Amino acid sequence: MSVIPEASGSAYAGGHDTQRAAPRQSLQRLLDSFLLVAALVVVWQLVYWKSEVAITGPIETVKTAIELLSSDIFWGHALASGRAFGLSLIMSSVGGVAIGLALGAHRFSGAVAAPILTALYTIPKVTLYPMVLLIFGLGISAKVAFGVMHGIIPVVIFTMDAVRNMNPVLIKTARVFKLSPTETAFKILIPAVLPEIVTGLRVGFSLTLLGVVIGEMFASQQGLGFMIINGMNVHNVRSLTAVVLLLVLFAVTSGTLLLAIERRMQHTQR
Amino acid sequence: MSISHAELREVRKVFPAAGGQGDVNALGPIDLDLAKGEFIAVVGPSGCGKTTLLEILAGLTAPSGGSIAFEGRLVHGEVPDGIGVVFQEDASLPWLTVSDNISFGLRREGMDAAEIKRRVEDVIAFMGLEDFARAYPAQLSGGMRQRVCIARTLVLEPRLILLDEPFGALDQQTRLLMGDELLRLWRKTGATIFLITHAIDEAVMLADRVAVMSARPGHFIDMVKTNWGTDRDSRVVADERFGALTGRVWTRLRDESLKSVGRSANRLAAAAP
Amino acid sequence: MKRVTLVRLCVIAGSVLAVEALCRFGVISRLTLLPPSEMAAYLVRLLVSGEINQAMLQTFSNVAIAFVLAIVLGFVVGAVIHAIPRLRRACDQFLASYYSIPIFVFYPLFVSLLGLNRWPLIMIGFLFAITAMVIATLNGLDRVPPVLLKLARVHRMSRSAEALRIVLPATGPYLFTGVKLALAYSFIGILAGEFILSGGGLGYAIAYAYDAFDNRTMYALMLFVLVVVTAINSALFIWEQRLLQRRGRG
Repeated sequence: MSVIPEASGSAYAGGHDTQRAAPRQSLQRLLDSFLLVAALVVVWQLVYWKSEVAITGPIETVKTAIELLSSDIFWGHALASGRAFGLSLIMSSVGGVAIGLALGAHRFSGAVAAPILTALYTIPKVTLYPMVLLIFGLGISAKVAFGVMHGIIPVVIFTMDAVRNMNPVLIKTARVFKLSPTETAFKILIPAVLPEIVTGLRVGFSLTLLGVVIGEMFASQQGLGFMIINGMNVHNVRSLTAVVLLLVLFAVTSGTLLLAIERRMQHTQR
Repeated sequence: MSISHAELREVRKVFPAAGGQGDVNALGPIDLDLAKGEFIAVVGPSGCGKTTLLEILAGLTAPSGGSIAFEGRLVHGEVPDGIGVVFQEDASLPWLTVSDNISFGLRREGMDAAEIKRRVEDVIAFMGLEDFARAYPAQLSGGMRQRVCIARTLVLEPRLILLDEPFGALDQQTRLLMGDELLRLWRKTGATIFLITHAIDEAVMLADRVAVMSARPGHFIDMVKTNWGTDRDSRVVADERFGALTGRVWTRLRDESLKSVGRSANRLAAAAP
Repeated sequence: MKRVTLVRLCVIAGSVLAVEALCRFGVISRLTLLPPSEMAAYLVRLLVSGEINQAMLQTFSNVAIAFVLAIVLGFVVGAVIHAIPRLRRACDQFLASYYSIPIFVFYPLFVSLLGLNRWPLIMIGFLFAITAMVIATLNGLDRVPPVLLKLARVHRMSRSAEALRIVLPATGPYLFTGVKLALAYSFIGILAGEFILSGGGLGYAIAYAYDAFDNRTMYALMLFVLVVVTAINSALFIWEQRLLQRRGRG
């Protein structure tokens, strides 16, 4: 199991399944997942009925969410978050892969950097937010910084590991077949390291989103994170729950999609 | 004729269909009598069901048909008292020292600590593991780890010892030496030994008789008596009969192995688009 | 000391010294960042004066509660899921995509449910940490070598003896990984929560200092949190390496 459990999505093949499960099996798994989600919704509904505190039930929340989706104000916030998220994502992904490739290729640097990266991964980076605000000011650049802070590290770690763990036999094979450097890169190196890099990008995606949203929850007047905290402050639980639902749906959908892409790319079973 | 130590009667094993293929007739019919204190080796092509046979005899797997008796009692669902098993894979417990590994089985018998200590020390001395008693398996070579597993089995003083290709992962020279160890152990304990191996020379060198299994579904197609003395060791390879015996076993086995390979080739050809 | 370790220490020390120099020479303004030496000095003052004792106690106790709950329940849930294949298939997809959900967005919801006290924080820390433990438990149970289970039957062990003397030790390294991660995630969850919501604890103290333009306190506390969390995580990591070395997997 890698240091990062978020990656378990791919490595965690769920027991003894092979990665190309028979169609009937996939269907059944889908069904079982739906059942689980349905169970959660039922629990939600029960908590709503039983609880005396003001939380919103599933049906209300969905209605509010639909209202929000047609409201300009919501989209104003959503786009603010989206811009910051998009920028952070590009920077985390490109920067992360570049740094990871370099650290992976140069063995010594990689060895030096590895524990530092792990340490950076596990520290609560939220506590560094004030410093980021002082450096970048209050605005989109701070949000992008938050996102990149969170998202770049797993991308670096996974890319670096992918290159370091590449089977040396593959390089020898390239030399035996007298491949040129470009051919070696495209026909051997990239296919070999791509799956693990995709895992890193998937984890980076989730963490970048997290970084941006938390940043907005802490210090912003715009964005979905702000909408959530604001909802709490003005006791508008209905609105806040709806935003949470939409955000979670977005996260889970994109996460599942990326996971599916990643699974199809894997050519070795962990 | 004395009562057999263990008996297998018309033992069969069928594995149910998996993923589009029909039921697999893995083993049988097998009839075998093990005499007390004999050393028998079983050879056969890969996939013929040797391991399944061993597991059925041990009580680890239930047969689809037939019966197994050990010391006059039916073997059914659990491993009977008095049977020891040494597996192909490394079964040493990585979190225990060699010494603790060996005493592992004794700890639940309700034996008192002094007795456990004595038995463990005896076996360690017998197997020549004194220098490694406090080492962990990770620090030992594959051969040493297998010796630890053998020691762990020995310390329980089993009357029937089943070994499933115990030396499979070792190099040839280590295997020969381990074979000598096994003979020494056999002489000392007087246990009945049932050894599965894919190395024909090992089977002929070590055993009183060599059972040759056919390709799947495995059943016995030959029983070769070696008639070696009890005091034999690996140098029996120099005996003039060794070549003839090995030749006889291989001639029978070669045809079966070709069948087994041919079957895989046919399956691959059938699966190709 | 290995060359790699030496270089690493030099890199870290060098970076700190570089920041120190940049701050001292005014390249980085004092309004933005304080020199690390000043941060450390002020931290020592705060610790000695006992001013932050209350916050420390609050944060560490929150983390401890979330952590213990996460590893105990995480192990139990993992074991149960492993034992029921149907349940496992249902949970598969959920566990695999769990960490794509930004758990922290549930803070306000928990505040609504549980009030503005320590419990929303503990819930988040717990929810963040427990899944790491569940996944680790599942991985460990999956990877018990089948030959060891056969060994248990050869030794005629009862199911409880098999569980305690074979399965549990065999999953040890994986469980340790889960524990390591659960602790790290408990810290992250609790500190992030204290930061965003009000109430108390080190995270809140940092946010408060920021709002009050008290850079000295803010940076001192940041330093403290980073050093403590890194120290605890590293200690666990080193301990784990020692254990793994014995078992030959390190």
